Amino acid sequence: MEFLSFSNPAGLVALPILGCFILFFIPGHRANLVRWISTTIAFLVLIISFYFFLSFDHSEGGRQFIYEYEWLSLIGPWEESQRAISMSVGIDGIAATMVLLTGIVMFTGTVVSWNINVNNKDFFILYFLLLSGVFGVFITYDLFFFFFFYELSVLPMYLLIGKWGSSSKFSSFERTKEYSAMKLTLVLVAGSVLIWIAIIAMFVQSGTGSFHIDEIQKVIPDKFSSEFQSAFFLMLMIGFGILAGLWPFHTWSPDGHVAAPTAVSMVHAGVLMKLGAFGIIRVGMTLLPEGAQVWMPLLIGLGAVNVIYGALSAMGQTDLKYVIGYSSVSHMGYVLMGLGTLSLVGLNGAVLQMFSHGVMTALFFAVAGMIYERTHTRDSLVLSGLAQKMGIIAVLFTLAGLTSLGLPGLSGFAAELLIFIGIFQSYEIWGIILGSLAVIGAAITAVYILRLLSKVFFGLADDTLPEYLDSTPREKFAASILVIFIVLVGLWPFPFVKIIESGVEPILLQIVGAG
Amino acid sequence: MNFHLIYPEFLLIGLAFLVLTLDFFLSEKKKYLLNWVSAFGMAFILGIALFMNQQGDLYQGLLIIDGYASFFRIFFLAIGIVVTLISRDYVDSNVSNPGEYYAILIFTILASISLASSGELLTAYVSLEILSFGLYVLVAYDRYNPASNEAGVKFILLGAFSSALILYGLSQTYGLIGTTRFNEIAVLLNSMENISIGMLIGFVLILAGIAFKLAIVPFHMWAPDAYEGAPMPITAWLSVCSKVAIVALAIRFFTNGIFPLAPDWQPILMILAVLTMIGGNLLALVQKNMKRLLAYSSIGHAGYLLMGLAALVGVSDDGTVSKDLTHLVSNGLIFHMVAYGATNFAIFFCLIIVYNSTGREDIQGLSGLAAKQPLVALVMVCSLFSLAGMPVFAGFTSKFYLFNAVALQGFLLMVGVAIVASLISLYYYLTVARYLYIEKNSNDSVIYVSFNSKLILIALLGFMVLAGVYPSPLMDLIQTATDSILKID
Repeated sequence: MEFLSFSNPAGLVALPILGCFILFFIPGHRANLVRWISTTIAFLVLIISFYFFLSFDHSEGGRQFIYEYEWLSLIGPWEESQRAISMSVGIDGIAATMVLLTGIVMFTGTVVSWNINVNNKDFFILYFLLLSGVFGVFITYDLFFFFFFYELSVLPMYLLIGKWGSSSKFSSFERTKEYSAMKLTLVLVAGSVLIWIAIIAMFVQSGTGSFHIDEIQKVIPDKFSSEFQSAFFLMLMIGFGILAGLWPFHTWSPDGHVAAPTAVSMVHAGVLMKLGAFGIIRVGMTLLPEGAQVWMPLLIGLGAVNVIYGALSAMGQTDLKYVIGYSSVSHMGYVLMGLGTLSLVGLNGAVLQMFSHGVMTALFFAVAGMIYERTHTRDSLVLSGLAQKMGIIAVLFTLAGLTSLGLPGLSGFAAELLIFIGIFQSYEIWGIILGSLAVIGAAITAVYILRLLSKVFFGLADDTLPEYLDSTPREKFAASILVIFIVLVGLWPFPFVKIIESGVEPILLQIVGAG
Repeated sequence: MNFHLIYPEFLLIGLAFLVLTLDFFLSEKKKYLLNWVSAFGMAFILGIALFMNQQGDLYQGLLIIDGYASFFRIFFLAIGIVVTLISRDYVDSNVSNPGEYYAILIFTILASISLASSGELLTAYVSLEILSFGLYVLVAYDRYNPASNEAGVKFILLGAFSSALILYGLSQTYGLIGTTRFNEIAVLLNSMENISIGMLIGFVLILAGIAFKLAIVPFHMWAPDAYEGAPMPITAWLSVCSKVAIVALAIRFFTNGIFPLAPDWQPILMILAVLTMIGGNLLALVQKNMKRLLAYSSIGHAGYLLMGLAALVGVSDDGTVSKDLTHLVSNGLIFHMVAYGATNFAIFFCLIIVYNSTGREDIQGLSGLAAKQPLVALVMVCSLFSLAGMPVFAGFTSKFYLFNAVALQGFLLMVGVAIVASLISLYYYLTVARYLYIEKNSNDSVIYVSFNSKLILIALLGFMVLAGVYPSPLMDLIQTATDSILKID
């Protein structure tokens, strides 16, 4: 039973789906049973994702744990052996890191979601469906299934936000959760429209009759002209960029993150936005290397706009979740800039930043959720001096904030340092200008994070507010997992970088070779 | 004569008359039995059809019973059973003489089957007329409802007009070519030096007639009214059966008959396809009534089908025609029709259930359905996502397959339009999903779902998911079907 083997990455997709099936047959009113089953499933997934990360052999590099199943044969004017869409899975260095991140965020999100009381069965079914899609994108090497899972990870968002989300009212405007959910879904699907067209175009152009990335990669020099590559790389870059929060297509992201329930915000900002950056690497840079060379200067420029624009917008926000939402946009800018450097250091930094930001923003949103649950407001103008009443929550938020502004010793520093080095080394004078902008972005981050901390947590305690409970053991448990990884990556990034490098290197060599 | 080839068709006629006659002898209380008689009769015929694998021509090739015809025979019988079953509650409560209803329904199934198996234009025309006449009556079946009457009149007038177009085009081609058989037309067209303008007018008129019947923009005006006025099960039937039957005919006609003229008809179909995909989906955005919304959504889907028809024959850069790709596109078309058919039935069945309990067919009438009937809401939201082309469901896989096949024929730009059109469609599908799951309960009406209905719902949902994640058995069947019309020389 090769399929049931523990080392088959398809298990990462199958297990959450299995969870959906089990939950489906549990009566909705047994809320506690639903919670325990969901947590068990999420824990199993966490263990498996750990297994893949730990047993990934970075000295060997390349793709490991390869499994392949033929799924559908396509008739056409190509050789018999090639006619197939196949479910082919495998894990390389980048995927190993991302799988670990997804496992962590999925588990902590499940634990944090224990407090959902309305239809929690439906919530977990959709949540697991979303995550099986995310895992699928990371492990699959077939463009059809890549797109299949990519769409699958967008699909449940609408209902998750629309049903369990919250609307926000501000003095001048209002954002209903229905509006945010619709905006998010439509914008993301608009991105996948571009991706779909590009995938079909690459398939047609390659003439191989296979959607497998390896098969298409073989014919790049013969079939993909420079014009083709640059036209469709731009399409992919924008399509994936939309999910990665690329400016000016980022506006869905703060609205969506604010409206979403805590666990969904964690997954969405923590993992889902990384799918976009991952897609640029896996599909764009792998299959269209010349296109990557043409458009990377644009990506690094837009990334810089992301960093500055996101940070400035975050400065202007008063709602805690909006601050975090815009800070996500800003931090995804670093990832995009790292990709844009097209250097080993920069790309390593970008992927490490994906991991680091994923864990950090998950912690951010988890803590924001805890605060909202207790105070029923996220308005930083109202909240004040929370540290005196909920000490541990304050510590967690501070930790996430310090990671966000890149304090040495925490994960954000390691990742951003690599990216900065990458930027300064690339594009000569422009590299220095862009690199300075990136550093300025980090400085602005420090401004809004510290200002928020000083007001909300360490300001004067508002005595009119009632006594709040500090975090419960369940919340501490979830948060401590995230904290462990933040500190681990910050103090000892070496194993992470090694594994990431083994995945990034072949892709980069191909791009450099193409030009 | 080898009449044994069409035993199932004979049996269908027999079943129709049996149901019609039984109606006289059953008391009012027992009339519900007619539903079972029709359903089981069709299931019996389906059983026979499944085991028939003889092939051959009848009446010197007027009817061709090959793998393709057998596939559609099974398909129409299967969806015939579904539509009979989902009609039950409606007919029991609203129709005074169910025998007629079921008999006419069976005749339309018969007509659809013979459309898919006709190898000649006149047979096709007669089958099309039987189908249309059946549908005219069924659409206007709600006799005391002015909307239904209006729908019927509109449908008859425009339907008759389009039939006249087809007939005129047909006589024109017959006058100039001297044959109506598809394969002879192809041979003659191939041997001709230049094609006369009269012949082109003939073909264009036939195309226009087909476009009318398929509700292609700009010939779509009748569709929303007919869909809205018709009884709900008939709307479902109208949206699936007539489209599938005509596209089945068109695939055979285009690939066996007029493919030498492809450069002439291809651009027309392409323009119509783009108009239909964009127009249908844009117009659906503003609809408040579920039936009208689905009418426009099915116009949009007809656009995808038309795009597939336009791409049936592709000429590559070096001037060669690839039979393999024609094969791939036909497979894609049939796959998409099967997926669309199952999905549309599922969604209409949910609407029928809601309508039978609440009498409402507007979108707001669906609010809070998830709290009242989780299964119905689940099936409905899954069908909506399937129609929108979201993964796990049949609609995603079939769309991907079809669009991919069309792009391989060299129509990437048109595929781009189709993908954008399906993005537009997502908006209104999501709006419906919002009422199902997010909006609060607006009325206290109780929605009743029988055990049988639940079984049908689960079966349809199962099919949708299975065809989406494991389509290869279905594709093998479709492959055998298309093999027989696209014989590789």
